[in-house]
Amino acid sequence: MLKQTEGSHAVAEAIALCRPQVICAYPITPQTHIVEGVGEMVKDGTLANCEFINVESEFAAMSVAIGASAAGARAYTATSSQGLLFMAEAVYNAAGLGLPIVMTIGNRAIGAPINIWNDHSDSMSMRDAGWIQLFAETNQEALDLHIQAFRLAEELSCPVMVCMDGFILTHAYDRVDIPAQADVDAYLPPFQPRQILDTADPVTIGALVGPEAFTEVRYLGHHKQLRALSLIPKLATEFAAKFGRNSGGLLRTYRTEGAETIVVALGSVNGTVQEVVDDLRNEGAAIGSVSICSFRPFPISALREALQSAKRVVVLEKCLAVGLGGIVSDGVRKSLSGIQLKGYTVIAGLGGRAITRVSLRQLFEDAIADELEQVTFLDLNAEVVSHELEREAQARRTGPTAEAILRRMGTVASQIG
Amino acid sequence: MFQVRIHGRGGQGVVSGAELLSVAAFLEGRYAQAFPSFGSERMGAPVMAFCRIDVREIRLREPVMEPDALIIQDPTLLHQVDLFTGLPREGFILLNSTRSFAELGLAGFVGGFRPERLCTLPATEIALKHVGRPVPNVPLLAAFAAITGQIRQESVVKAIREKFPSAIAERNVAAAAEAYALASKGLETANA
Repeated sequence: MLKQTEGSHAVAEAIALCRPQVICAYPITPQTHIVEGVGEMVKDGTLANCEFINVESEFAAMSVAIGASAAGARAYTATSSQGLLFMAEAVYNAAGLGLPIVMTIGNRAIGAPINIWNDHSDSMSMRDAGWIQLFAETNQEALDLHIQAFRLAEELSCPVMVCMDGFILTHAYDRVDIPAQADVDAYLPPFQPRQILDTADPVTIGALVGPEAFTEVRYLGHHKQLRALSLIPKLATEFAAKFGRNSGGLLRTYRTEGAETIVVALGSVNGTVQEVVDDLRNEGAAIGSVSICSFRPFPISALREALQSAKRVVVLEKCLAVGLGGIVSDGVRKSLSGIQLKGYTVIAGLGGRAITRVSLRQLFEDAIADELEQVTFLDLNAEVVSHELEREAQARRTGPTAEAILRRMGTVASQIG
Repeated sequence: MFQVRIHGRGGQGVVSGAELLSVAAFLEGRYAQAFPSFGSERMGAPVMAFCRIDVREIRLREPVMEPDALIIQDPTLLHQVDLFTGLPREGFILLNSTRSFAELGLAGFVGGFRPERLCTLPATEIALKHVGRPVPNVPLLAAFAAITGQIRQESVVKAIREKFPSAIAERNVAAAAEAYALASKGLETANA
């Protein structure tokens, strides 16, 4: 059914359609509307046979999800930013134990400086925890990915994060098609756990493993993700056949035929990238883009195939590997093994900085002319940076950086974009 | 594509206004995207929300930099925020005020705009009268329907009934009706 609704609400409806049995909730912006939404549905009976547990922290949320999943329940939670960091230990445990929990990340920056707005730093911090990470480009895709995520998680017995851009998607009212319960039921069968805590048939979930077998357990976790490389496209194809639209998969290419320059990005910024690609294509530039949906497992072969005829790749990322540059770029570089093309990393949209068509257009033109630095910070205010560096050079006790910069910039509420 | 930027203060229903507008456009079979500004939403602080309306799927995710219409829910923002950034001369301006553009000292600024695309409306007063709260978003939306023709008044009414519980919805519908009539009258004067 077509509906004009908030992204968070659309996801809450998708979760309810997946019939979770335990939902652990702890609020944090910008994810809060999702758990509030499912909470209301549990309360009014729309979502039946589901235990909605208000926990005391994110650490508890993931711990309860682990317990619930180990007891054979389909378990769900959601978080953002510092919340994900606070549950970090349990996040690794969920994957190490092979428990098919699904978690939404309303992507948000990590402090300090404290910032509630969007970038990808939070989920990127957990990229090696063993979870599958899927990034949604639109609210429709966010909704659809959750349905695929439960199926994927349970077939592999591996937890899945569905990442959606905080505010840009979570708080956006958009048109979404909410599937019928019968179709979701046909796509997503009831949870059949690979392991279960059962007093009649006791097992240990979480045994101590020494050097004699730790590598093998880890290798099997890696192997599971490699299997996901073929399962993710298969589930997306099945989804398209059942629901009539393309969502998910490893990656999606946009006008890459004959493209000399290809932009690679994750999440909602791909829409704006495609607008700029269209503008430049209309003017004769050979440019295209790739939207990576599956960041873990990283689609090395599929990406290599998409990039192999290009001359240069621009990786646009909403996160920063401090002291290195890009995080996504690292994976992209591995995909380039054996093919020669120039690679540029662009750090953009940190802490909610708007990524505009005007800035992207200039950026892509610079890339086409091969006038980009190896690592570029999009729309970096060089004046602010150099003033602060000068100030720091002049005295020892210059005080907190963030405060000094804000004082100098004046009121931010007066600016648009 | 038609792009709208709504300015106001936290608590005035800026975000709800953009959402209602997107629902109204959706009810007419079009694509619409409404989203808040990525600034702090504290009571009283300047806030922004955006709405895009199109006949095809909307991919663009940047803030509305070049609005076709501006809705200003709080005239005190005129001195604080660069409200008119990116607004072309053919743009629409809807301003919540009991005073005219000239009385607000804006005669010079709006001189180059088309008079039938300018509207000041006592939206807070209309809201207080019907809804009992100083929330100017619904009256301004009805005036938007009257002035721009981008959405129909009945779609605004439908969106209101979809969003609010029935008692509050009907009070808002009454506010919308008065605002629509007032803006339409102003439009006739401008066109005369």
